[in-house]
Amino acid sequence: MKKILIADDEPNIVISLEYLMKREGFEVLIARDGEEALALIEHEAPDLVLLDAMMPKKTGFDVLQAVRQKRSALKIIMLTAKGRDTDMEKGRALGADDYMVKPFSTRELVERVRRLLDQTESPSAS
Amino acid sequence: MNLPIGLVVAISFAYLALLFGIAWYGDRRARQGRSIISSPWVYALSIAVYCTAWTYFGSVGRASVEGVWFLPIYLGPMLAMILAWVVVRKMIRIAKTYRITSVADFIASRYGKNPVIAGLVTLITVVGIVPYIALQLKAISAGFGLLTGPSDPTLTEASVTWWQDSTLYMALALAGFIILFGTRHLDMTERHEGMVAAIAFESIIKLVAFLAVGLFVTYGMFNGLGDLFGRALNDPAIAQLMRFDHGATPHLYSQWFALILLAMLSVLFLPRQFQVMVVENVDERHLKRAAWVFPLYLFLINLFVLPIAIAGLIHFGPGQANPDLFVLSLPLAEGARWLALFVFIGGLSAATGMVIVESIAVSTMICNDLVMPALLKTRRFRHRRGGDLTRLLKSIRRLAIVGLLLLGYLYFFLAGDAYALVSIGLISFAAVAQFAPAALAGMYWKGATSAGVLTGLAIGFGLWVWTLMLPSIAKSGWIATGFLDHGPFGLALLKPEQFLGLSGLDPLTHSLFWSLAGNLIAFVVVSFYTRPGAREASQALLFVDVFDRSGGSEPVFWQGQARVDDLVKLSERFLGPDAARRLFAEHAADLGASSIAALEADARLVQRVETRLAGAIGSASARVMVASAVDEEPLEIDDVMRILEEASQLRAYSQALEDKSRSLEQATEKLKRANEQLKSLDRLKDDFMSSVTHELRTPLTSIRALTEMMRDDPDMPTEQRQEFLGIMVAESERLSRLVGQVLDLARIEAGHAEWHNSDVDMQAVVTQAVGSISSRFEDKGAVLEVRAGSHFKPIRADADRLIQVLLNLLSNALKVIPANCGRVVVDVVEDDDGVTVEVADNGPGISLEEQAEVFDKFRQVGDRDQHREGTGLGLPISRQIIEHFGGRMWVESEPGHGATFGFYLPRKQKDDSRAETQRLGERQ
Amino acid sequence: MKRARSSRLVALFCLGWLLFSFPVLSLWDRDVSLFGLPLFPLALFLLWAALIIALAWLMERGES
Repeated sequence: MKKILIADDEPNIVISLEYLMKREGFEVLIARDGEEALALIEHEAPDLVLLDAMMPKKTGFDVLQAVRQKRSALKIIMLTAKGRDTDMEKGRALGADDYMVKPFSTRELVERVRRLLDQTESPSAS
Repeated sequence: MNLPIGLVVAISFAYLALLFGIAWYGDRRARQGRSIISSPWVYALSIAVYCTAWTYFGSVGRASVEGVWFLPIYLGPMLAMILAWVVVRKMIRIAKTYRITSVADFIASRYGKNPVIAGLVTLITVVGIVPYIALQLKAISAGFGLLTGPSDPTLTEASVTWWQDSTLYMALALAGFIILFGTRHLDMTERHEGMVAAIAFESIIKLVAFLAVGLFVTYGMFNGLGDLFGRALNDPAIAQLMRFDHGATPHLYSQWFALILLAMLSVLFLPRQFQVMVVENVDERHLKRAAWVFPLYLFLINLFVLPIAIAGLIHFGPGQANPDLFVLSLPLAEGARWLALFVFIGGLSAATGMVIVESIAVSTMICNDLVMPALLKTRRFRHRRGGDLTRLLKSIRRLAIVGLLLLGYLYFFLAGDAYALVSIGLISFAAVAQFAPAALAGMYWKGATSAGVLTGLAIGFGLWVWTLMLPSIAKSGWIATGFLDHGPFGLALLKPEQFLGLSGLDPLTHSLFWSLAGNLIAFVVVSFYTRPGAREASQALLFVDVFDRSGGSEPVFWQGQARVDDLVKLSERFLGPDAARRLFAEHAADLGASSIAALEADARLVQRVETRLAGAIGSASARVMVASAVDEEPLEIDDVMRILEEASQLRAYSQALEDKSRSLEQATEKLKRANEQLKSLDRLKDDFMSSVTHELRTPLTSIRALTEMMRDDPDMPTEQRQEFLGIMVAESERLSRLVGQVLDLARIEAGHAEWHNSDVDMQAVVTQAVGSISSRFEDKGAVLEVRAGSHFKPIRADADRLIQVLLNLLSNALKVIPANCGRVVVDVVEDDDGVTVEVADNGPGISLEEQAEVFDKFRQVGDRDQHREGTGLGLPISRQIIEHFGGRMWVESEPGHGATFGFYLPRKQKDDSRAETQRLGERQ
Repeated sequence: MKRARSSRLVALFCLGWLLFSFPVLSLWDRDVSLFGLPLFPLALFLLWAALIIALAWLMERGES
């Protein structure tokens, strides 16, 4: 079972995403800030992170930067409420695999999560 | 014999060699660009060349005969130096600007570069100055004779034939010495730094030597001034010297006045004074100190004149020894031979200093203003192109120096014995004084014309010759004295010393009166009745307005066509190839031209060449040479007016341009600042919008996700569904709160908020706010305490807004206090000016960094869970409200010990509080 | 400033001229001595010194 880390400081968003991902059959880890997210990535080795851009202690961008070098296989989808193009570019430049602006469509999110995880599957399958 | 001749000669030559060494060193340092004379002190000492052998020996001589009457010669310069900053500074500025190198050039240049004026001034100078040079020779010779002569000073010297006379050889030696370091450079405006250094040194020597003999006589031979003057006052003949009126001569005050005036003019226009004060000046600011140091020097060197004179009279008895030589004979009489030798060296300094500077100055005038114009008149010379003439110029100057000293010797040999030193000097002074009207008026009166100057000078000089020079020669026994007693051809009215029947004055005052009066009247009257030519008018403008014309916009009074090639050739001829090349290179550099070849021979270049040539051969000759080398159009008076007009327009234009560019610069600066401000406001706005967007999208995200999931999941358990619906309601509320507060803040900041002001009772406000929130405190098990007095004076404010602020503070406190043991205290305190309200909680407190940000929009501090319902706008809005009423809001906290939010409302609001609020709002 | 200095100098010049002219000069011309020194020469030198001090003060005081 694929592990998904949800990193967001908004409790209600976490509740919704947790329900959504569990429904789709993923194992869910939860981080409430940037530091927690880094620790969980280190110790629990999730397959994919839904990473909020604005978090206390360490921002999503900080986490992305810290992680990208070491764990190139880890899939990361940035979630941001600041729909600014510069944010999107920054995320891509730092190596996010995908980028979604809040509020997003749940179907779309699930689709993107699956697509990314399938990609990781195929090379290992072949 | 007092001292062996050989010793005195050897020491004198050693001293001259030392002077030469100083001059050589000064020149070397000047070439290296490290001037040793660039100091106001050196400058002042060099001006002290005024004190010649005449002062050194002659003052004592005069004092012993006429008492205090030696003083006017030094009081005149004292008075003149008071005005130095006004007059001499202008002379310096003019001379520097137009490369004027002598007093003749100064006057001629002012009156249209008139060669006749230059020649006349030079002639007067030479005739007038020769006796003065003779005086120096006489002084050295007499001193030398005394020093090396028999011990008894009352013995008269045996007369000698000229070829046996040591004075002749001394004159020739001096000439050689002067040539050695006076005529090395050609351009006199390059200044003789070495010479000036040597002169300054000589000034020190002569002062020290004179003070030494003064102290020796006063305190060595007598018991101080009291003793000396006491004995003097006991002798009626000597006591008389201490009084103004010591004889029966009438018109004493006019004599006194005449002497002061004479000395005043001399200190400005004697060739050597003009040389050191104007031409050799390094920096016109030096004048500021020299103006009082030079008079101080005169004061010091005159201190012991009377004591020495009295001592001589007492010691030798009246008429027993030459009073001119008291400074030497007194120490010799006491056997102080080394002191006498030192004093002699001092006298030698005074004499050589004068002869050196005077002959250099006058030789320049002779070369530039007498010989050059004559040479230029010969066609062969003028049309010979090319050929370096600098050698020729130097040779002329050297010959002139030798000639001057020989003339001086001749005068000394012929007439020297007849007169005391001072009388000889005064003859020269009176001649030089003739320059004063032309030179002084020329600097301040544009209407003075060359015709006036020529007439005035001719008349003044003529009267001087008739009333002073000829009588002095006659009295020396070289011409018959009949005309003195009976007038020429028996015309008694024209008797030289009672001209037009004027009698009662001494010969000097008499001559000075007639010559200066004739000169001045002729000068002014003729100037009024003649019109200046174009060249004169233009020079008048340049001289009189010299201080207005600094900068690049001075008018150039020249028109015509020229070729650079011709100008280069001309410059090479008179300046030498190196200096000429430098001149053109400088011009090219000033214009930013790439090379000399790229230069255009415009008026400015012609002007520059002419000015530089003027430095070498005088302005009158330079004018002639430039005119012959270029194709110039005659300058009419209309042209002068036109050029002047253009120059002043140009100046006005460049002034306006400068002003404009300055104001443009200021405007640019202002715009830049405004732009910066706009940019930062724009950034703030962007940040605000971005924050608002973020805050709006966050609850929307949850709502949308949960809604979609409920839609996609019809089988969702009811409990789950209820929980989600609960979240959705809460998030919707958060959304509407947010929208409300954003709008509220925007309205306040934009000044569109509605304020319902009334007289508010603060106690009622607090009670109302506490009442509406107390149930929530009870729910959390917290204590809410109000400490407020009663009977508050009303405050003019909007009660609802104040309640909003209080509720915001209370609900913030409620969020942070711990459950069940929370405690919040509201304090209301009134003072004369207003009310302070504080809300203190026992929550976790706020760190110092967070305190700084707590009033920023969307800046929520503390634990994330605690402000889920917050929007991050409550505190900013509250502060805006308080500031709207002229108050302020703050937070105090120590982490771990709770936080206190407070605000203060003044009872009397400042009128501009509203504007202030708005401005603050904009800034955020 | 410069103009002010010039006018002060001219004023000082006039004062000096006055001090060294009739009739002011005749004030000192008496058969009196002060500290054993004859009054007239003493007065001339003292006035002279005073003029030098005044001139130095005017010239050296503050740059304009």
